[in-house]
Amino acid sequence: MIPASFDYHRPASLDEALKLLKKHGDDAKVLSGGMSLLPMMKLRLASFSHLVDIGRIPGLDAIKEEKGVVRIGALARQAALERSEVVRAKLPILADALPLIADPLVRNRGTIGGNVANGDPGNDQPAIMIALGATFVARGSKERSIAAGDFYKGLYSTALAPGEILTEVRIPVPPARSGGAYVKLKRKTGDFAVAASAVQLTLGKSGAIERCTIALTNAGQTPVEAKEAGQFLAGKTPGDLTLREAAQIAAKASSPSADRRGSVEYKKEMARVLTARALKIALERAGRN
Amino acid sequence: MATHKISVTVNGAAREAEVDSRLLLVHLIRENFRLTGTHVGCDTSHCGACTVQLDGTPVKSCTVLAVQADGCKVTTVEGLEQGGKLHPVQEGFTEKHGLQCGFCTPGMLMTTSALLAQNKNPSEQEIRQAISGNLCRCTGYVNIVKAVQYAAEKMRSA
Repeated sequence: MIPASFDYHRPASLDEALKLLKKHGDDAKVLSGGMSLLPMMKLRLASFSHLVDIGRIPGLDAIKEEKGVVRIGALARQAALERSEVVRAKLPILADALPLIADPLVRNRGTIGGNVANGDPGNDQPAIMIALGATFVARGSKERSIAAGDFYKGLYSTALAPGEILTEVRIPVPPARSGGAYVKLKRKTGDFAVAASAVQLTLGKSGAIERCTIALTNAGQTPVEAKEAGQFLAGKTPGDLTLREAAQIAAKASSPSADRRGSVEYKKEMARVLTARALKIALERAGRN
Repeated sequence: MATHKISVTVNGAAREAEVDSRLLLVHLIRENFRLTGTHVGCDTSHCGACTVQLDGTPVKSCTVLAVQADGCKVTTVEGLEQGGKLHPVQEGFTEKHGLQCGFCTPGMLMTTSALLAQNKNPSEQEIRQAISGNLCRCTGYVNIVKAVQYAAEKMRSA
């Protein structure tokens, strides 16, 4: 299988890349690691006349912590994130997900920018970024920030305007007494999630939950934030019953479709079970810091 | 559609090619360079039979454009043997019966030789995780793991 014909461009700078996108409009697509785009083009599910390969633009792959924010360049590869001490120490929820994304060879090429920007609800990092309250930095004619929670508009449809490139992911370092977890069910290595749940919460001094964000992967056309479940938990002292109820509320926000990974009922039930597990782990972690 | 003149170092030798934008790396290797040790398996980035090392990192060459490898070092299974001497992983697969039909073997060798370059003493779990993107449909994983352990041991004592 080979993709339909296209022209390939390898700009040396972001400005050059933006110029190419402006010139070719809807006929152009940004190529990062290519782990989603190239298979789609090979299967002829997508075709573009121009690919703008941003893969070698320098300075877009840093992973660093600066003034309470973890800044991850769009070109940071999943394998680099997996090895990152900053990610391990500051963002356990992201560290949970990394070994579960695709397979190690795909993670050697795939980038965080591609994972969050292509708008596939089966990707793991969008739900995690929503849970973490991350913002995405986009460069077009000017630079702007978009909250992860406002970014996903529909299946493969995002808030990125034509001619914009996602350049960086900014994640506020969770405050003290915070914990996060990502729990994913998949049939085998390399498969997308049957269901997965991202939970990030912060406890108050009294031990009650101050705030909690829950987001679900592969639970609809976009990553789904289970807002009601988060609101339900705010101010509550965590106990078995409360957590169970929150997971039930979260599952109601899920609207998966039936496919070879399972029926709607099964996937909703898995969203509930995985959320309950993620809540438990997140709480344990919050208790430790 | 435009073609691109690319230079790649393949198994240590500088090579040039004029390639179409859409040519995949695996086809560049097999068809332009006639190195057919690299296999096309599923062609959908699942099976890992097409694994090669790109600047030392194992990648699925069915999901990389040839033009993306411009200026890079590509190592294929043909490049593992040095001076007529098999790479320890090749020896391990022979000694420990790490292959049955052999179709996945080139990919397994490229992934595991890259693993051992990074990790001299991987645990069984680490070996299994490293090859989790390489499928063996003979399901000969037990002996593949033994083959890699054999190679690790051999490389440590060398």
